[in-house]
Amino acid sequence: MPRYRLWLLTVALWVAGCGGPFPQTTLEPRSDFGSVIDQLFTGIFWWAAGVFLVVETLLVITLIRFRHREGRPAPKPTHGHTLMEIAWTLAPAAILVFVAVPTVRTIFATAGEAPADALKVDVIGHQWWWEFRYRELGLVTANELHVPLGRAVQLSITSADVIHAFWAPPLGGKRDAIPGHVNRIAFRADRVGVYDGQCAEFCGASHANMRLRVVVDSDSGFGRWATVQLAGPAAPAAGTLAERGKAVFARSACIGCHTIQGVSPGVIGPNLTHVGSRATIASGLFPNDSAHLASWIADAPALKPGSLMTRMKPPLKDDDIAALVAYLASLK
Amino acid sequence: MSEARGLTSWLTTTDHKRIGLLYFWTALAFFLIGGIEALFIRVQLAQPNGQVVSAETYNQLFTMHGTTMIFLALMPLGASFFNYMVPLQIGARDVAFPRLNAFSYWVFLFGGLLLNASWFVGPLFHAGMLNVAPDGGWFGYANLTERQYSPGPNIDFWVLGLQILGISSLAAGFNFIVTILNMRAPGMKMMRLPAFTWMTLVTQFLIITAFPVITVGLAFLMFDRFFGTHFYVREAGATPILWQHLFWLFGHPEVYILILPAMGVVSDVLPTFSRKPLFGYPVVVYSGILIGLMSWGVWSHHMFAVGLGPIADSVFAATTMLIAVPTGVKIFNWIATLWGGDIRGTTALHFAVGFIAMFIIGGLSGVTHASPPADLQQTDTYYVVAHIHYVFFGGTIFGLFAGVYYWWPKMTGRLLDETLGKVHFWLQFIGMNLAFFPMHLIGLLGMPRRVYTYAPELGVGTLNLVSTIGAFLIALSILIFLVNLWRSRTHGQPAPNDPWGGATLEWSVSSPPPVYNFSVIPTVTNRLPRWSTERHGPMRDPPAVPPEPIHVPGGSWWPMVAALGLPVLALAPLTQTLWVAFVGAALLIAGVYAWAFQPFEV
Repeated sequence: MPRYRLWLLTVALWVAGCGGPFPQTTLEPRSDFGSVIDQLFTGIFWWAAGVFLVVETLLVITLIRFRHREGRPAPKPTHGHTLMEIAWTLAPAAILVFVAVPTVRTIFATAGEAPADALKVDVIGHQWWWEFRYRELGLVTANELHVPLGRAVQLSITSADVIHAFWAPPLGGKRDAIPGHVNRIAFRADRVGVYDGQCAEFCGASHANMRLRVVVDSDSGFGRWATVQLAGPAAPAAGTLAERGKAVFARSACIGCHTIQGVSPGVIGPNLTHVGSRATIASGLFPNDSAHLASWIADAPALKPGSLMTRMKPPLKDDDIAALVAYLASLK
Repeated sequence: MSEARGLTSWLTTTDHKRIGLLYFWTALAFFLIGGIEALFIRVQLAQPNGQVVSAETYNQLFTMHGTTMIFLALMPLGASFFNYMVPLQIGARDVAFPRLNAFSYWVFLFGGLLLNASWFVGPLFHAGMLNVAPDGGWFGYANLTERQYSPGPNIDFWVLGLQILGISSLAAGFNFIVTILNMRAPGMKMMRLPAFTWMTLVTQFLIITAFPVITVGLAFLMFDRFFGTHFYVREAGATPILWQHLFWLFGHPEVYILILPAMGVVSDVLPTFSRKPLFGYPVVVYSGILIGLMSWGVWSHHMFAVGLGPIADSVFAATTMLIAVPTGVKIFNWIATLWGGDIRGTTALHFAVGFIAMFIIGGLSGVTHASPPADLQQTDTYYVVAHIHYVFFGGTIFGLFAGVYYWWPKMTGRLLDETLGKVHFWLQFIGMNLAFFPMHLIGLLGMPRRVYTYAPELGVGTLNLVSTIGAFLIALSILIFLVNLWRSRTHGQPAPNDPWGGATLEWSVSSPPPVYNFSVIPTVTNRLPRWSTERHGPMRDPPAVPPEPIHVPGGSWWPMVAALGLPVLALAPLTQTLWVAFVGAALLIAGVYAWAFQPFEV
């Protein structure tokens, strides 16, 4: 990490009191895509900082040196100086060459191209959650994107409704998710971990609540995760609360919007076949525990303004909700 | 020939000076409303998981804050100076079309009232108060703003309000172009125009070319929303990206529409208070023109995350970076103007220098997102919020305040208090840096813009609190400014014709000027008519008493009546009532007809 970055972060930490860690920072890239952007920004930052220092210093010196004093003779009415004006036209132009050349190089390096063996994932933005489809694996999940460490990943980003933007800052820059249009980004994650991100294009009432997580697994960890996701849903044991929950699910409005493999085919909301394996619910808003799940099922719009998952009419009874929670939690 | 008094004389006025004052007070009121909206935003974000306002209210607040500040505060504050100062600076008795000028003002007022009425009229639409104000952002991206995703009247208010405001800007644009080109005093050649008038001219050309583009974009959206057309509807084979191209093709010139007048003010204030001519006047003028021209070739830098492809991104990166060259030239010329001068630290000079110091920061952060890959991390984050506020607040607002402190004595005949002025400046300067500088870090640490809440885990709570404190410092500074304005009515020292020793024609007449401006139209022989340089002595100011009677046209009600037709027309689609449209059209047509046939005699 370049030294100025440490310095900057130290200042930020100091200002923030305790602050860090910063889960969505752009300043500590964790992928090749993030790193080239960061290097480019670092270069431009130094040019900008240099120009800032020179010009502001010049301004301050001018103000001090030529401030009004009694008895100062009237200033000479100079109208201009051609040579100097040419010089300060050319100087910024010359500096911009040093910004433009690496910029164009990086534009082409970050155009979303990926090698043939890259893991390809379709990213679909919805108001207000994310759908991830692994084409080759035949796997569909929501809000938590798993990718293997060190392998090239290519995301094909689009939207099912309005314009969103997919952004997981430590892994690189954002791209808009536009209906009827596919944008690609490619990256290779270089450290195992969980990285936060969120929608970056204003997309309506709950834009702020459209968060996401990218889990970078080790190669074997990713394989284990994919195997679990590809299996059918867990079948609740007879006589358990979860089994009753499955029955509630099957006779309620849930099936209209959600898929649980072999149970319901809905495609409006997130696929719930393995919802119990996810760490969060409501697109990264809350931990996936029974308390949050219960209040989410009871009244999602209260937790996420504008949510399309409206309160059921007539409302579900408390024991039905408890059964549903048990069932969903069992879908590991 | 004596000045008419009373309410009627203000409602019917066609005097550019009175219209300038009407613009000033109206824009100031909208500036305060936009500022209060900003304070609500900052209170909500002062800590993570803010609960002060709901998501829906927050989205209306940031939409109306942006829309209000851009269209109802900064543009018309600039227009207030165009109105008051341009005819005085070019040695004219009024603008070319005084009644059209009044029409522009009334359309602006009614359009602004229509937009802001949306805060209170929810019950008329079977919704609560504070429920139907525009909520799609000042950029109103389709397809979110289509009826399917925004069914309420919120976006209707926005579309119709902006269409009306566009008419005001276009009418004023043509008016000022004709005025500057045709109403100049004898000898006032183009390259003798004061820099402020020059930048006004460039701004008006940008207005008359940029506003038709947004008008088309809004018309498409209006047709989609009201008549079921499919200009931006993906399901019908269209693409919502079209809106972004149209909007930013307008939107980027709009940035320069907002900044060039402030640059003009600074180019007039610096020479006056350093007692030196503007350094490299022709270069400052040409770079202003160049900035205006180049502003047409950079719009896609607002769309680097859209995925236009590496070629388009490279081209727009290059054109965007090139704009830094004429901008840099202006900054160096301003510093060279101060260099070797006898700098008097008046409040106006403080604000003009503050403009330079802050605009440098906004310009440089702009270069960092002129680079598309870097912008992929910056766009739609608080980093860009920091950037635009260094440009619009540190730039435009500081420049316009320089204009207020500089020209207030001319406009009212009273000097503002310099001590209060400097307290205002320093509070505002510290406040804006506290409010907006941390936003650079907030953005780089990953907080997107236009979010009503953020998680404590993001680690940006304290930075946001600092920013909120800065916002309240700004509010305090504005309160002091208001006190200063109010006190000047009774306590302000009476202003002589020329309190500062200015070089330009507005200082050759009394403060405030008589209704006819110049008792005798001056003949101009050089660029600095009121100064003596090595080549010439100062001109003689026009006599206080006109040697012969001057005919002054009377007022007219009809511009206001015609202007009233527009918001009434807008009520028809808003309330889905056809007959209202006929009333609106009748008002508009009757107003224009009567105006055309009303003689100019008193």
